[in-house]
Amino acid sequence: MATVQEKEYVAQVSKKLKKEQRALGYRRLKSNYGLLIGATIFVVLVILALIGPLFTNYGPYDMKVVDRLTPPGAEHWLGTDEFGRDLLTRLLYGARVSISVGLAVALLSSALGLVIGVYATYYKTLDHILMRICDGLIAIPGILLAIALMAALGASALNVIIALTIVFTPNIARVVRSAALVVREQTYIEAMHVQGASSTRIIWQHIVPNVLSPLLVQATFVFAEAIISEAALSFLGAGIPAPEASWGNILQASKLVIYKAWWMVVFPGATLVLSVLSLNLLGDGLRDLLDPRVKQKFRKR
Amino acid sequence: MNKEPLLEVKNLKTHFHTERGKLTAVNGVSFSMNTGDIIGIVGESGSGKSVMSQSIMRLLDHTDAIEYEGEVIFENQNLLSLPHSKLRAIRGDQISMIFQDPLTSLSPVYTIGNQIGEAIRLHQKKSKKEAHQQAIEILRMTGIPSPEIRVNEYPHQLSGGMQQRAMIAMALSCEPKLLIADEPTTALDVTIQAQILELIADLNRKMGMGVLFITHDLGVVSEICTGVKVMYLGQIVEEAPTEQLFQTPLHPYTQGLIQSIPKLEGDRDDELYVIEGTVPSLTDIPQGCGFSTRCPYADELCRTSEPPMQTAQTDHRVKCWHYEALNKQEGRETTVGTSS
Repeated sequence: MATVQEKEYVAQVSKKLKKEQRALGYRRLKSNYGLLIGATIFVVLVILALIGPLFTNYGPYDMKVVDRLTPPGAEHWLGTDEFGRDLLTRLLYGARVSISVGLAVALLSSALGLVIGVYATYYKTLDHILMRICDGLIAIPGILLAIALMAALGASALNVIIALTIVFTPNIARVVRSAALVVREQTYIEAMHVQGASSTRIIWQHIVPNVLSPLLVQATFVFAEAIISEAALSFLGAGIPAPEASWGNILQASKLVIYKAWWMVVFPGATLVLSVLSLNLLGDGLRDLLDPRVKQKFRKR
Repeated sequence: MNKEPLLEVKNLKTHFHTERGKLTAVNGVSFSMNTGDIIGIVGESGSGKSVMSQSIMRLLDHTDAIEYEGEVIFENQNLLSLPHSKLRAIRGDQISMIFQDPLTSLSPVYTIGNQIGEAIRLHQKKSKKEAHQQAIEILRMTGIPSPEIRVNEYPHQLSGGMQQRAMIAMALSCEPKLLIADEPTTALDVTIQAQILELIADLNRKMGMGVLFITHDLGVVSEICTGVKVMYLGQIVEEAPTEQLFQTPLHPYTQGLIQSIPKLEGDRDDELYVIEGTVPSLTDIPQGCGFSTRCPYADELCRTSEPPMQTAQTDHRVKCWHYEALNKQEGRETTVGTSS
């Protein structure tokens, strides 16, 4: 039986171990520049989208025809558009739309893709059915499929989310499936069978946690792609309907006045690039952090 | 210790349906074991010993195109015809299994205490705290130092030997009546191997648990098993109590296996004995005796008709036409050099 002294010793050792682990994790995080830069830029963008609109003096739909196409200046920091709306305000509201659409698509398609992926690995017949459907969806170019779906569903933010989820779910399902196939053959899954665990328990308690890291990486990439795709759809007029602000909408409007108002192209384009770049950096960094093998390769170089 | 019948395998056959036709990996295995027995199953790679052990627990069910024949009787139930829900209740609780590679036998995302606790809670109504406490006790029993710390660690923080102990702890958490050990020491170095063997033998004595020990290491068998079955091409070719098997091996295959063990004493320039050839592929199983293609004594009879299981002495059975003639003629006593 453990005496009081032993218990104290145990508590001490486990405390020390935890501290060491935390320090190690912190060091790994700190040496991962891509992750840090990506996360910082993205967090700044999210904060701007969330609280930025509170600090502007204009509403997103406030038109001032006299001031239309004003270049950037003290009054309008990023200039105004063809109806005299403040571009900065519209960009901030557009960030809300773009980021929330991206996030919703990333979450929904991750959840759906996860379920499809793990169940497909576990049940053979289901695998054939689901993967053929996914193959079919992947075969059609993503943006084309999204346009077709939008044409069928009608233009609205919700429908953009639905259409892009349908487009990106097969990609996630593939990634999850390939990771889950490896996990399924591991001895610890067999060991859980031996312990008498049910299929549902094995899938959700043991396969899912082991495929979460590739899923997380893929989800950040889908997040970025969804932002671009949403902008593309809006640019083509099949996405978020005007007058609601979205980066794609603003770009679409700007193409008519591209020679007269450079700011209407440059600023929404730059925010779009910045957000997608930061998400990609974040995704790359996460992959390096979660997959130690990739990291070692980098160190050796 | 009074011995009761524990497991009876009757004419077990396992077939796989593949593109190359029907493959029979286990071809009519019959044996029975009692509580407290440690039975060693020995054979080369590809002799069907692992498939046999997995068939007993029906672990291959998810592979499509598998077909079982025969019976596996455990506690008056035929495991091969049980529905999955009942099978799950037996797995882990009554029959458990440990695997060859401890490094992949534990899930990397849970602490070992979590995993052992989960195994306990699958079969017993216990709170998480009680299961955690029990996990510590089992870890202590398997000889892990300071189990209170280890229980909260992840598998990658433990050494191979420790992981195998944790794996054994998980398998033993519900005090099963039968433990199937599928080459549990193959991936470990020799000193750890000895400790794990000692542990299994010890638990067998304490808990009266039957052990089915699958290995290709005859040294390990001679160390802990009470009885040995030698498998070749999915069949048992010889079975005997351990001592008898090592002193008077009757089947040419068993003799070959024992002679192939490297010995420490003797001239190092002597060539090591090898059994010629390899285990035939399951797609072209030879006619007659399965071993006839590699047996130095094989004759016409061996190549045309399959020998029956013959009783040489009580408890000592052998599947060979010529075992009497062979062993009279040579009259030798093969002694065992343990390899470990």
